[in-house]
Amino acid sequence: MLLSIKNLHASINGKEILKGINLDVNQGEVHAIMGPNGTGKSTLASVIAGREVFDVTAGEIIYKGKNLLKLAVEERAREGIFLGFQYPVEIPGVSITNFMRTAVNELRKYKGLDALSGGVFLKLMEEKKKLVELTSNLANRSVNEGFSGGEKKKNEIFQMAMLEPTLAILDETDSGLDIDALRVVANGVNKLRTKENSFLVITHYQRLLDYIVPDFVHVLFEGRIVKSGSRELALELEEKGYDWIRKEQEG
Amino acid sequence: MESDPNKIIGEVTQSDYKYGFVTEIETEYAPKGLSEDTVRYISAKKNEPAFMLEFRLKAFRHWLTMKLPNWAHLEIPPIDFQDIYFYAAPKKKKQYESLDQVDPELLATFDKLGISLEEQKKLSGVAVDAVIDSVSVKTTFSETLSKYGIIFCSMSEAIQNHPDLLKQYLGSVVPYTDNYYASLNSAVFSDGSFCYIPKGVRSPVELSTYFRINAANTGQFERTLIVADEGAYVSYMEGCTAPQRDENQLHAAVVEIVAMKDAQVKYSTVQNWYPGDKNGKGGIYNFVTKRGICKGNNSKISWTQVETGSAVTWKYPSCILLGDNSVGEFYSVAVTNNFQQADTGTKMMHLGKNTKSTIISKGISAGKSNNSYRGLVRISKNATNSRNYSQCDSLLLGSSCGAHTWPYIQVENKSSIVEHEATTSKISEDQLFYCQQRGMNAESAIGLIVNGYAKEVLKQLPMEFAVEAQKLLSISLEGSVG
Ligand SMILES: Nc1ncnc2c1ncn2[C@@H]1O[C@H](COP(=O)(O)OP(=O)(O)OP(=O)(O)O)[C@@H](O)[C@H]1O
Ligand SMILES: [Mg+2]
Repeated sequence: MLLSIKNLHASINGKEILKGINLDVNQGEVHAIMGPNGTGKSTLASVIAGREVFDVTAGEIIYKGKNLLKLAVEERAREGIFLGFQYPVEIPGVSITNFMRTAVNELRKYKGLDALSGGVFLKLMEEKKKLVELTSNLANRSVNEGFSGGEKKKNEIFQMAMLEPTLAILDETDSGLDIDALRVVANGVNKLRTKENSFLVITHYQRLLDYIVPDFVHVLFEGRIVKSGSRELALELEEKGYDWIRKEQEG
Repeated sequence: MESDPNKIIGEVTQSDYKYGFVTEIETEYAPKGLSEDTVRYISAKKNEPAFMLEFRLKAFRHWLTMKLPNWAHLEIPPIDFQDIYFYAAPKKKKQYESLDQVDPELLATFDKLGISLEEQKKLSGVAVDAVIDSVSVKTTFSETLSKYGIIFCSMSEAIQNHPDLLKQYLGSVVPYTDNYYASLNSAVFSDGSFCYIPKGVRSPVELSTYFRINAANTGQFERTLIVADEGAYVSYMEGCTAPQRDENQLHAAVVEIVAMKDAQVKYSTVQNWYPGDKNGKGGIYNFVTKRGICKGNNSKISWTQVETGSAVTWKYPSCILLGDNSVGEFYSVAVTNNFQQADTGTKMMHLGKNTKSTIISKGISAGKSNNSYRGLVRISKNATNSRNYSQCDSLLLGSSCGAHTWPYIQVENKSSIVEHEATTSKISEDQLFYCQQRGMNAESAIGLIVNGYAKEVLKQLPMEFAVEAQKLLSISLEGSVG
């Protein structure tokens, strides 16, 4: 098993957001996570990635057989965890090229590999840019600065392609994308899909799942995974909304 | 766990100064302390003509009447001028034809700094005039330069070989009466660089001087004079690092630039002297007077500085825009960490018509440091249709440091426009997390973000400097917030 989350509780400023999450992800699987606004999807993603603003108050996360909660953010990243952000942050003055070069070389260092030379790195960038149809124009700009919503999301997928993670968590990467961009992003993901890597895809729209077909769909509701099923669950949610889940929970 | 980027920044930045070492080179000192005798000793040691001794003595006598300035936002312990060696020169002073003749210890020093002359010569075609403890050890490329009629030599040589130029220009931009430290420098300056670009000549190489303070307890008084005659162009680079010391070291340099009609001078500095340790012990006191005059019409002077070192920095590279349509620029990044204090900025004095100035200042403060921008933009009555744009940004790393901005603006005519923008920001937890999520440790994340922040200034630097400057920014923040 790649990732195993057991009874995970997490809070921020004393307010509990995750209230006992259980989730197992095997290598090569794609899991979709859906659920109403504010139920803790992004929080779960952040906690897996190791964001320190959240306090883990109970439970455990085992990743590649290791206690993930003991690792620092960057160690988790180097171990192959990638988070595609719902709201990617702007870093003024830092070009995507420079940013990615730093990231790729730190990863290589961790793996005991030599840093990539400028030429080789640029070639790699060209290749991956094509994958997500990222224009050179964009790649020369500062990280996310002044990017449109859709451009930011594309940039996240581009970074994922560069870093080739084992576990990619995509937090609403489809939100704000036009239909063409959605197809591009989905293709990007599908090309990176192998028997070894897994995806956690957070989305509000079952449409994405037409392109990225998940093995499992989970509903996160008020800090808990209250329902898991196959691809059909997404269709059902689309049709019925979340009210029946709410009722089920209350009942 | 707490969401405190300050804490992360603090943890990142607790390392020691990477350039802390002392080169063992035999040194010859002037007697400690300052008196007319010291001044005469220095002048005699350097075998100077009478006009120089006179210049020095006038400066010294004037200095005696002056008081230490105290208007800067700096806390400086009293300096005992009688406890300082005002002159130190490597004893084995020789004229070197090749690097083999240079003291191997010295070469090793340059190697440690990653700026070996050999490498510089081969790779970048930069002429390096290396100054170590006040006396020029090696001048390279001067022969090539002389083909163009460019003079690039140590100040001592200039005094011997070009006395007329010196008489004409030395002290013409920064008079010996200018301020306390400039007067002191005028009296006791030991060496420095002189550069003259004749009419219509574009210097084919960037001229570069690496300064290095070396002997313990020795005040450093460098004197630089750059003259660009009509239509000339030169890009000049000054850079330095200093070995780790416990005693505070005084440094009071003077740089003068003269740009005649249609001439352009680009002056770039990377300053990385020993900033003192984590507890504020030691470090260089850096009191610098840098000023350029755009004497002729359509001339331009551009200052770019990256200040990461020194315990105390007091420095205001300025432009006197005398010629019509002349242009002054000031691009600055000042980083302070631990107990460092910097009070730096610029003065743009618009005297000619249609003169333009641009000020971009990026202050980055960490630790318990204090970082101040102090600037004056003065547009005189006759400087009609003049323009200034100033942007002063401060970045705070942690919550125990201080950033201050003192922009003074005086506009004496109605046709001129002055724009001033200022921001203060912090590295956000979001940005740090984003970088770390991509596998960077906090240290390289901060380095990256800070370099991005300073980009507008860094991109003004010549290539070979830009790389060094980027590394320096990251390195100097490695010991920040506690
Ligand atoms: N930094 C924070 N400070 C305070 N509350 C927070 C913080 N981050 C998240 N929360 C709260 O935690 C809850 C869960 O937020 P989260 O972002 O995980 O929701 P989500 O399921 O991703 O929602 P959406 O579908 O809108 O993206 C929300 O009530 C939110 O307000
Ligand atoms: Mg969310």
